[in-house]
Amino acid sequence: MITARALSRTFQTRTGTVEAVRGIELDVAAGEIVGFLGPNGAGKTTTLRMLTTLLVPTAGEATVAGCDLRRDPVGVRRQIGYVAQGGAAYAEALAGEELVDQARLYGLPAARAAEQARILFTQLDLDGLWKRTCKSLSGGQRRRLDIALGLVHSPALVFLDEPSTGLDPQSRANLWNHIRRLREDLGTTVFLTTHYLDEADALCDRVLVIDHGTIVAAGSPEELKRSINGDAVLLTLADRAHAEDARRIVAALEDAGSPATDGNQVQVRVPHGASVLPGLLRDLDAHGIGLAAVEVRRPTLDDVFLSVTGRSLRDDSLVA
Amino acid sequence: MNLLRETWVVFVRALRLSLRNPVWVVIGLIQPLLYLALFGPLLKRVVEAAPSLPPGDAWKIFVPGLLVQLGVFGTSFVGFGLIAEYRAGVIERMRVTTAHRVALLGGRMLRDVLVLLVQAVLLTAVAIPFGLRTSVSGALLGVATVGLLGAAFSALSYAAALRLKSEDALAPLLNGIAIPLLLLSGILLPMTLAPTWLQRLSDLNPVKHIVDGLRALFRGDVASTATMWGLVDTIGLLVIGLYVGTRTFRRESA
Ligand SMILES: Nc1ncnc2c1ncn2[C@@H]1O[C@H](COP(=O)(O)OP(=O)(O)OP(=O)(O)O)[C@@H](O)[C@H]1O
Ligand SMILES: [Mg+2]
Repeated sequence: MITARALSRTFQTRTGTVEAVRGIELDVAAGEIVGFLGPNGAGKTTTLRMLTTLLVPTAGEATVAGCDLRRDPVGVRRQIGYVAQGGAAYAEALAGEELVDQARLYGLPAARAAEQARILFTQLDLDGLWKRTCKSLSGGQRRRLDIALGLVHSPALVFLDEPSTGLDPQSRANLWNHIRRLREDLGTTVFLTTHYLDEADALCDRVLVIDHGTIVAAGSPEELKRSINGDAVLLTLADRAHAEDARRIVAALEDAGSPATDGNQVQVRVPHGASVLPGLLRDLDAHGIGLAAVEVRRPTLDDVFLSVTGRSLRDDSLVA
Repeated sequence: MNLLRETWVVFVRALRLSLRNPVWVVIGLIQPLLYLALFGPLLKRVVEAAPSLPPGDAWKIFVPGLLVQLGVFGTSFVGFGLIAEYRAGVIERMRVTTAHRVALLGGRMLRDVLVLLVQAVLLTAVAIPFGLRTSVSGALLGVATVGLLGAAFSALSYAAALRLKSEDALAPLLNGIAIPLLLLSGILLPMTLAPTWLQRLSDLNPVKHIVDGLRALFRGDVASTATMWGLVDTIGLLVIGLYVGTRTFRRESA
């Protein structure tokens, strides 16, 4: 559905050249839900704007929905939908009319456009807001209208740029279901960007991690997590004076990674966290090291993110 | 065929937005009416006292000038609306559709021309009780010319707006162009009253010839050279406007 080779985009600014996207390689199969995960400024939006014909790449090639990006942009547009990060509805316009007009611009006849718009209003929980001006909608309602604007012509491939920003948990879950239904019922291919690890984990068949304009990791959430060497064992000590002793003990565990300490907490990665725990607890006890809490964490996408980018996407992450 | 359909969709949407918030339409209309009521009587005296003025009474000189002013000023500022739409992501949203880029411009231009024509007809009709006496055909041709003129300035305004993408840059640009154009066009007083150097300068201004053409039309000189030059200049501006406008809308990431 999408193949991109060495796709790049640089911007000239007053302060110099910005290499927003540097040689991205992409292969997305029909019917896949692919997540594009990366920190602010990684190049997600720029990549999407190139793939949706809004921005001409400075280098590289891409085929989107069977059409060459450079030679047949109209062919690409015919088959894709795009939900921009910054929204798409005009403040003064009526929500329902914006949606119908968008469908009409995609070539739907008036009656079908109206019907399609009504269906999406119901599916995205916008019932009763048809005659409201867009400026009078709440942030989440407007975001759902943006999403409807990108889906109204039932495209075979949709690009969603951070679709769930500003949505409450229930709307987010509803959106995820909607996206899954699109794939199941219509075979729609979905390419979305997100900052939310749980979203990538729960929704995406495959995750691409992008940083500084290049893809630094790719795979299903399971594969990516498996690539992280083992589980994290996190000990919270009763007394931080024992941190050094505890560190030495966990470092001696079989196949353990190098432990990290932070105050009274010690974290280490081991292949099978749960099975080393009994022995470890006995050892610690034998050395007179009291514990306030023990936690074994399966690897998360944030661990993946951390290991490939050196940064965390979570703001509450504790030990590096 | 698709182009026409898409232009229609953009036009209806734009018109709906104008009607929902008609403040600008109304302001654009009140302004020339104020000129008519507050400046017209003054002008009448001047015209009576100046033998060098072209034939025709004061209203036949003044109303065509007001119409051209409406055509130039009324439509020059439509770019601000486009910048607001751009900010909201509307332009980008329309650019990812299969709609022809020219439809995105053309639909909006049609709305501007329609609004302008309504204003122009109203202005001309209101001038009749003030004392305007003119032939219906001359007035209709005059109003139609103003419509074409408005189309040209609407296209230019959209092109400038889409290139600048900033109200702060667009406002000085528009004022910097529109005000000299109007001052050098003899809109309020015919350029025949001006010293020679000013007349020569104004001869370079297409808007001046359009005003002259419109005045000839209102006098009933439909087949005069003034009418012809006015029309030629109007069409010239329209061609430039359409060229610059479509080029801008077709540009990457415009
Ligand atoms: N029009 C532009 N001119 C100059 N630089 C730009 C432009 N658009 C993007 N950039 C730069 O390119 C880089 C990538 O931007 P991009 O918007 O693709 O990031 P992103 O991954 O979408 O980030 P976010 O998560 O914040 O949305 C950034 O450094 C940004 O400042
Ligand atoms: Mg972005």
